[in-house]
Amino acid sequence: MKEKYYNEMELMICAAARIFEDGVSVSVGTGVPCAAVMLSQKLYAPNILILFEAGGIAPLLPSMPISVGDKNTMYKALQTTSVSDAMEMNQRGLVDYCFLGGAQIDMYGNLNSTVIGSHDNPKVRFPGSGGANDFASSAWRTIIVSPHSSRRFTNNIDFITTPGYLNGPNSREKAGLPQGTGPYKIITNLAVMNFDNDEKRMALESVHPGVSVDDVVKNTGFELLIDEHIEQTEPPSEDELRILRNEVDPYRVVIGKKAQ
Amino acid sequence: MDAIGELLGYEDPDKMREFFRKKSKKLENKIMKLSDAVSEFVAESDYMAIGGFGLVRIPTAFLHEVIKQQRKVATCAFFTSNYDTDLVLINGIMKSVDMSYGIALEALGSPKVLRKYFENGGIKVTEWSNGALAWRYKAAAMGLSFLPIRSMLGTDTEKYSAAEEIICPFSGKKYLAVPALYPDIAVIHVHEADMYGNAHIKGVLVADVDIAKASKKVIITAERIVDTEYFRNNPQNTTIPFYLVDAVVEVPYGGYPAEMPYEYLFDIDYFKRFLQAAESEETFDKFIKENIYECKDFNEFISLNGGVERIKELRNLELGLKGSEL
Repeated sequence: MKEKYYNEMELMICAAARIFEDGVSVSVGTGVPCAAVMLSQKLYAPNILILFEAGGIAPLLPSMPISVGDKNTMYKALQTTSVSDAMEMNQRGLVDYCFLGGAQIDMYGNLNSTVIGSHDNPKVRFPGSGGANDFASSAWRTIIVSPHSSRRFTNNIDFITTPGYLNGPNSREKAGLPQGTGPYKIITNLAVMNFDNDEKRMALESVHPGVSVDDVVKNTGFELLIDEHIEQTEPPSEDELRILRNEVDPYRVVIGKKAQ
Repeated sequence: MDAIGELLGYEDPDKMREFFRKKSKKLENKIMKLSDAVSEFVAESDYMAIGGFGLVRIPTAFLHEVIKQQRKVATCAFFTSNYDTDLVLINGIMKSVDMSYGIALEALGSPKVLRKYFENGGIKVTEWSNGALAWRYKAAAMGLSFLPIRSMLGTDTEKYSAAEEIICPFSGKKYLAVPALYPDIAVIHVHEADMYGNAHIKGVLVADVDIAKASKKVIITAERIVDTEYFRNNPQNTTIPFYLVDAVVEVPYGGYPAEMPYEYLFDIDYFKRFLQAAESEETFDKFIKENIYECKDFNEFISLNGGVERIKELRNLELGLKGSEL
């Protein structure tokens, strides 16, 4: 096999960047989501509207932010506003996509970023929801990026910080969440997944080059819906890699990290 | 779903109307020394709200002084928080807190010794999302007892919060009622303020305007004091008006090591040293002793970490004057 000319992180960012149509609005944080949106802005969706929850709206991101409120998130921004204003844009239906990570994820796309163990006496305490719950409640489509392992992809999720499809079909609507919202795609270092329209369960969409369906199954702690024919994820193009390495993340803040 | 989290920071809106009725609306000189502002305003029974966003525009000088004076507060909101609430934890563990985001410096990592306070069950957490806490401040800012929102529904974040589900009388939809949050004291760092407390914030506002409206006592720390004519001539720059404010403290570079938008970038090297020190109790105690207790004032803390030269570098980085690689 030909030696890979890209790493897992680069592949994840490129796969994510291709999702956005030109002109859509996206709520993002730092890290992989931000890199993907920047790449998309430079290559596929020049009119993408980027929102940061601290209040930076429509910046021309010069390079990767470290904090959701830092100078890059307001670099040549067209508006600097408040957390409530940014969240109200989501609640009003103005935001097409949000982009999240999490420590654990279950087959309905519910995410845990709060605790491992019991809530009141946790083994590990994570930072908590931040803006993730608001985004995934109200943005039309949620995209999730995560390293892929059976420890992370589990139905024994310790805490639902952020809603996916909760308990399955209609449970978001029953809970009171806005209609027609929910997880859309999950991108890992092994594969791209989406959600079955009827069952609202996670389904395999494509496996990355050099990864087998079996690898994905082994690293997933619950049963994935798998079609007979599974495509291979398109590897990063030369254009994507050039812009990602030279313009989006020249200091390798994100692409220099291990995906796992 | 019935939420089981503890309700913190809530007040009856009519009680708060009485409180705000009595608050002075006079144009009075409110300038104070940093040490006096801390000793006069911070009380052990307080619910504290902190302005800014974690690594951006936080009232560091004020929080360092709180530690130096070994003042404790009863609780605070871990809202978009990083270094700010980490500092509040140093003076003593609080029994219970509101949290939407805490004990992590975003992309930089998490201070281990402070995380441990939560991992041994020592601090009880009422969970929220960032939106929910921002709307709790907003409800109070509006003089209400709650706001209906569409976040948190159906999740464990809702279960461990202190919110209540309600049915909208118009649409019949299920909403989450988040209780108003009226902090006892708020500390907000701004770019410039006048002696009366009129304050100008550049860049992202986070929740600071609503926090200032919602809080019983509001302390403004400012990079510089300006003449009131500045606001008289540019009233659109009054981000926080004088009638909300109780004290004004001038502290140049008072946000350091956090970022002050359009003025200086955060000091990533300082935060790396802080996180490294937080790997063990021993190294952390030493770090806090050197950087806070043993510094006679905030200037000495800045000198210890590179002084005006370092601030100049951070200013160049912020303004992109040379090598804006961060």
